[in-house]
Amino acid sequence: MNDRRLSSTRRTLLKAGALMPAFGFPGLVRAQTGTLKVGVILPLTGVLAFPGQQTRQGAELAVKMMKDQGINIEATYVDTESKAETGRVAAERLIRDGNTVLIGAWDSGATISAAQAAEAAKVPLIVNVASAPQITEQGFTMVFRNFTSAGQLVTSAVQRIKELPRSASFAPKTAVLTHTSDTFGQAMLGGVKALWDKLGMDIKIIDVISYDVRARDLSVEIAKAKALNPDLMCPITRVNDAILIVREMVKQDFNPMAIVGPGSPGPYEKAFTDALGKFADDYITCVPWYDPSRATAKAVLQRWAKEYPGDRLELNSGFGWEGIQVAADAFKRAGSTKPADLHAALRSTKIEEHLMFGGPIQFDEKGQNNNIGGAMLQIVKGEPVLVGPSSIAQAQPKLPMTKWKARA
Amino acid sequence: MLEFYSNVIVGGLLLGAVYALLATGLNVIFGVMRMVNFAHGEMVVVGMYVGYGLWAWTGVPALAAAPIAALLLFGMGYLFQRFVANRFVEAPQHMQFILYIAIALIITGLHAVFFGPDPRGIQSAASFEVYQLGMIRFDAVRTQAAVASLLLVAALWAWFRFSLTGKAIEAAAENRVGGQAIGIRIPHLFALTAGLGFACAGAAGALVAPMFDVQPYLGGEFTLVAFIIVIVGGLASLPGALVGGLLIGLAEALAATVVAPSMKSLFSYGLLVLVILLRPQGLFGKVEG
Repeated sequence: MNDRRLSSTRRTLLKAGALMPAFGFPGLVRAQTGTLKVGVILPLTGVLAFPGQQTRQGAELAVKMMKDQGINIEATYVDTESKAETGRVAAERLIRDGNTVLIGAWDSGATISAAQAAEAAKVPLIVNVASAPQITEQGFTMVFRNFTSAGQLVTSAVQRIKELPRSASFAPKTAVLTHTSDTFGQAMLGGVKALWDKLGMDIKIIDVISYDVRARDLSVEIAKAKALNPDLMCPITRVNDAILIVREMVKQDFNPMAIVGPGSPGPYEKAFTDALGKFADDYITCVPWYDPSRATAKAVLQRWAKEYPGDRLELNSGFGWEGIQVAADAFKRAGSTKPADLHAALRSTKIEEHLMFGGPIQFDEKGQNNNIGGAMLQIVKGEPVLVGPSSIAQAQPKLPMTKWKARA
Repeated sequence: MLEFYSNVIVGGLLLGAVYALLATGLNVIFGVMRMVNFAHGEMVVVGMYVGYGLWAWTGVPALAAAPIAALLLFGMGYLFQRFVANRFVEAPQHMQFILYIAIALIITGLHAVFFGPDPRGIQSAASFEVYQLGMIRFDAVRTQAAVASLLLVAALWAWFRFSLTGKAIEAAAENRVGGQAIGIRIPHLFALTAGLGFACAGAAGALVAPMFDVQPYLGGEFTLVAFIIVIVGGLASLPGALVGGLLIGLAEALAATVVAPSMKSLFSYGLLVLVILLRPQGLFGKVEG
């Protein structure tokens, strides 16, 4: 071996390492030896395929960016087919194949299922997206959730709605809530109703309308809401039902003062803005979001635009990215690929510089990250714009919303 | 209140008319060959992708895409029956079921491979249009689809009733051996029937494409809706499929209004159970002797 060349290579690596903080990842500067095998469980086909694929895009980007930092991650993706019960099978398969940390599984049911396998095999599971409270309330010791629980999601959402600036033309007194009748919708509804009074909201909920998660037609639901003439329409949705709701509101010329989704994933997605065009504008939703002022966000957005031109970095891809970052950080600190070492490292996680809005990523004794912030987004000219909280807002919310027939 | 209920009823009937076309294809195949097409919903999805594809690439609206989808699916149905399914006509029912389930899975898989899992919707100005008639509001897309569906079902019924080929198909359905004895080309007529059944599914798919976003996994839902309608209306009865479709559309709309929107499906299934208990042959079906 040529010592001079080796020495030169080492120097080059050291120089590169020294430059890393400048690119926004001060915590991940030491080149890691070995490769961490990560099993990623996601709904890549079936009804949840759309957000599942977006989460995968974020994870894949993170693997590439971590590699640039000298941290080698080999990610294997397994599809749950959008079925809750396949989470466990997927996790068992990944563990058998030698993956020493799991990430997943986007949907709460599949995550709980996977958590059981992870618990049995004593392999850590980093939850990327899934909000059901029971994920961290069932005594799992291997679970680390880097996503808001339904309670956190709702608290920040109701808080953001309360903060909406009132004016002569925007002083809402009544609201109608709509929600899907699945676990997510029910959990969110329960939270919203409980917190609505607790946080002293001056808006009265005059009706709650629930519908099947597979509904392909919401004309009756919207007709019922319109008949009540509420000031605010508060849909708890995913992307497809959000599209159906707006389409029906346009057709029925139902013009409340604002549409504000309390903790609704979906309306920030490109599928939503592409489907509705000018009718997507002014829609407000409250969800966790990336913090555009962060160095990590700037680096990720830049790389994202290069890797996925035309696609939008959003909640799913953001948490998909952070899931890998959390695993990489634990791997770096543990200096080992053994599940027990990774688990110990995950317990002491504290990542200050990351992508999503909120405080440092760290986990409490139940494995929950309580520092994830809730943002308020409004669609402006087809793009989601941060309108709250004021610390990261890019613009003031436009209220009341423009009536459907007045849109050019 | 009158305006509210009138609009709900009109909306339910319009959707029911589209449901009727959806179920007609299933009914035609069963009525003639006594084969249950478990891949019927997947055929509808093929029609939806044809409708979506034509709109995305050439801007063709759903109404114009429907005959193209029907023609394409007719060809598929004819060839499939002629070269594959005809071999299963006399086979035990469980073998027929497996054949169609396999076809359904293959079609779903191919859709996922070629189009990916993302939902794709037709986004045209028509998606937001309504026709206003006094206090009644007609959803433009749904009205166009419903009218086209009713015309297609009526045309199919007339063809079976009055054309020589239609009568020959009915004869073959009534008595296969007798039909063969008088020179009816049973394999050809069965293939023709399958072609018609697939064509109905294709046309229905293209017509519903502007209403529902298409994705590969919708087939099962459509098959289920078609089954409910066919059982309520009566197996092998075209008027039954029409009335069944309208009834289910109306029942869902009223249930959503009077009870709760999330109870819509419960009412469809409730109606199904009621019909099975009180009139097992369906509203327009005949008791098989």
